[in-house]
Amino acid sequence: MSMLAVEGLGITFGGVTALADVSFEVKPAEIFAIIGPNGAGKTTLFNVISGLYPPRQGRVRLNGEDVTGLPPDRLARRGLSRTFQNLQVFFRMTVAENIMVGRHLHERRNVLAHLFTLPSVLAQNRATRAKAENLLAFVDLSDLADRTAGSLPYGALRRLEIARALATEPKLLLLDEPAAGCNPVETEEIDNVIQKIAASGVAVVLVEHDMKLVMKISHRIHVLDRGRTIAQGSAADVRNNEQVIAAYLGRHGQREAARAQD
Amino acid sequence: MRRFLEGPYAGVLALAILVAVLPLALPSLFYLRIAALIGIFALVVVGLNLLIGYAGQVSLGHAGFFGVGAYAVAIGPTYLGLPAWLALIAGAAIAGLIAFLVGRPILRLRGHYLAVATLGMGLLFAMVFANESAWTGGPDGMPVPHLDLFGFRMSGARTWYWISGVSLVIGAWVAANVIASPTGRALRAIHDSETAAQVLGIDVARYKLIAFVLSAVYAAVAGAYLAMFDGLVTPETAGFLRSIEFVTMAVLGGLGSTFGGIVGAALLVLLPQVLTVFQDYEHIALGLIMIVVMIFLPAGIVPSLAGLLRWRRS
Ligand SMILES: Nc1ncnc2c1ncn2[C@@H]1O[C@H](COP(=O)(O)OP(=O)(O)OP(=O)(O)O)[C@@H](O)[C@H]1O
Ligand SMILES: [Mg+2]
Repeated sequence: MSMLAVEGLGITFGGVTALADVSFEVKPAEIFAIIGPNGAGKTTLFNVISGLYPPRQGRVRLNGEDVTGLPPDRLARRGLSRTFQNLQVFFRMTVAENIMVGRHLHERRNVLAHLFTLPSVLAQNRATRAKAENLLAFVDLSDLADRTAGSLPYGALRRLEIARALATEPKLLLLDEPAAGCNPVETEEIDNVIQKIAASGVAVVLVEHDMKLVMKISHRIHVLDRGRTIAQGSAADVRNNEQVIAAYLGRHGQREAARAQD
Repeated sequence: MRRFLEGPYAGVLALAILVAVLPLALPSLFYLRIAALIGIFALVVVGLNLLIGYAGQVSLGHAGFFGVGAYAVAIGPTYLGLPAWLALIAGAAIAGLIAFLVGRPILRLRGHYLAVATLGMGLLFAMVFANESAWTGGPDGMPVPHLDLFGFRMSGARTWYWISGVSLVIGAWVAANVIASPTGRALRAIHDSETAAQVLGIDVARYKLIAFVLSAVYAAVAGAYLAMFDGLVTPETAGFLRSIEFVTMAVLGGLGSTFGGIVGAALLVLLPQVLTVFQDYEHIALGLIMIVVMIFLPAGIVPSLAGLLRWRRS
């Protein structure tokens, strides 16, 4: 059974069609990439799937259940998590606290106990902090745990968002340009991290402009242009598709993409 | 040790020590009276800080909840025969209930719209207090009976210093507990990015409401204290200017800093006393000081000074 199924999704903004009739399915442990030129509708697609925008047409299914129109916090309970292209970090909190927020759904949320800090709350705080430290180690941010998130460089913030999304223990993870603004070393690291996440059984949907990264790690690729699907298939299928080359890759991109797979 | 000093509990401990030793340093009952007033206002600001400083949601109407507490300890004993302490608890509960009911629709608004809506809420409260003369004494207000506890009469500056001081320490401790809990993390997350908070599973409306209700209860308790301390409550106790005063205290002292809120309250209670030497120019001087503080310490007094200190050390 597919973890995520998108069926005939469509949305418009004041006459502009941002998505039209987009359909695909993503299986557990799969890395599914969505590529396309700027303004193709990739981020909009994530916003619809994660419940930030209600779609005008179509359905979204998680694990077979129709979840169209559910608010984001309800979707989080069903195992969806994501990162943001325009970083949505909690800038005034420390790096560790950012991740701890990601543990929210796994914590006991009895406000009365919180008011008086019952011993159970302290024990839980320690457990949450320990979990956060594990995740920070996973994305190689341990050294920065107690720094204010606002003071981190861009590449570190990208990894922080990934770790925070993982803290929810998602079954479906949407990554919106996780390597944007990262140097080659950081990109390499993110590449590893994504592969490990998928290997653990999480369905990963990846939006990314770094074609080397996309072609190397994606199992399947879905190409959008002006809100519509123009191709879908393996890296090789997509790379040699004339329409994709014309709309997005160009000749240079195609060579770059080919090199990544060798 | 370092984590303790930078955490929220170091401030609570410092506050407890300050409250315990301050009376030794104060030369007369007059000063003790002012210290008691500072404690009462600081209690409001500590609660309000959870809403404004941590959750990032403004309210220009909290004097309304302050008034609910104040009128509860006036009306309860006078008309309903309740003991004053029970009236105080009832007042806090009613304020919390009203905040819960009003908060649901109002907290959907953001920024300026929320500010205007809460301002309207405050004005509604003030109107009820001024117009329901049969219960509230109308514009002239009404006397407030003394609080009797365990057979003792709670009156005078010294007694109220201890009541407000101990309550403030407890209030600051509870606030510190909240901040260090999942609830506090949720509130701070909402402040920085509602979108990310939602995506991580936080029920944003619920947590805003929790902060709103908590801050309303703090305000109501403080309002009851002030009314019992003064022995009188009038619509001005809960007027529009009071609401502004609360927010000013919170911002001046430093949003998101419990200790800052206390400093802000102290400043706004003390300054008018000190500035009486300027006579007619008192308000101008007060206004100028506020402007200068905000220009040079934009994050509020306590956070800005703490930042400066850290910067000097490194
Ligand atoms: N909230 C919104 N209101 C109005 N228009 C929007 C909104 N969100 C997206 N759009 C429009 O929808 C289209 C798709 O934008 P989207 O951000 O999804 O593109 P993208 O594929 O993520 O591009 P990029 O690669 O630059 O991130 C654009 O024309 C954009 O202007
Ligand atoms: Mg985008």
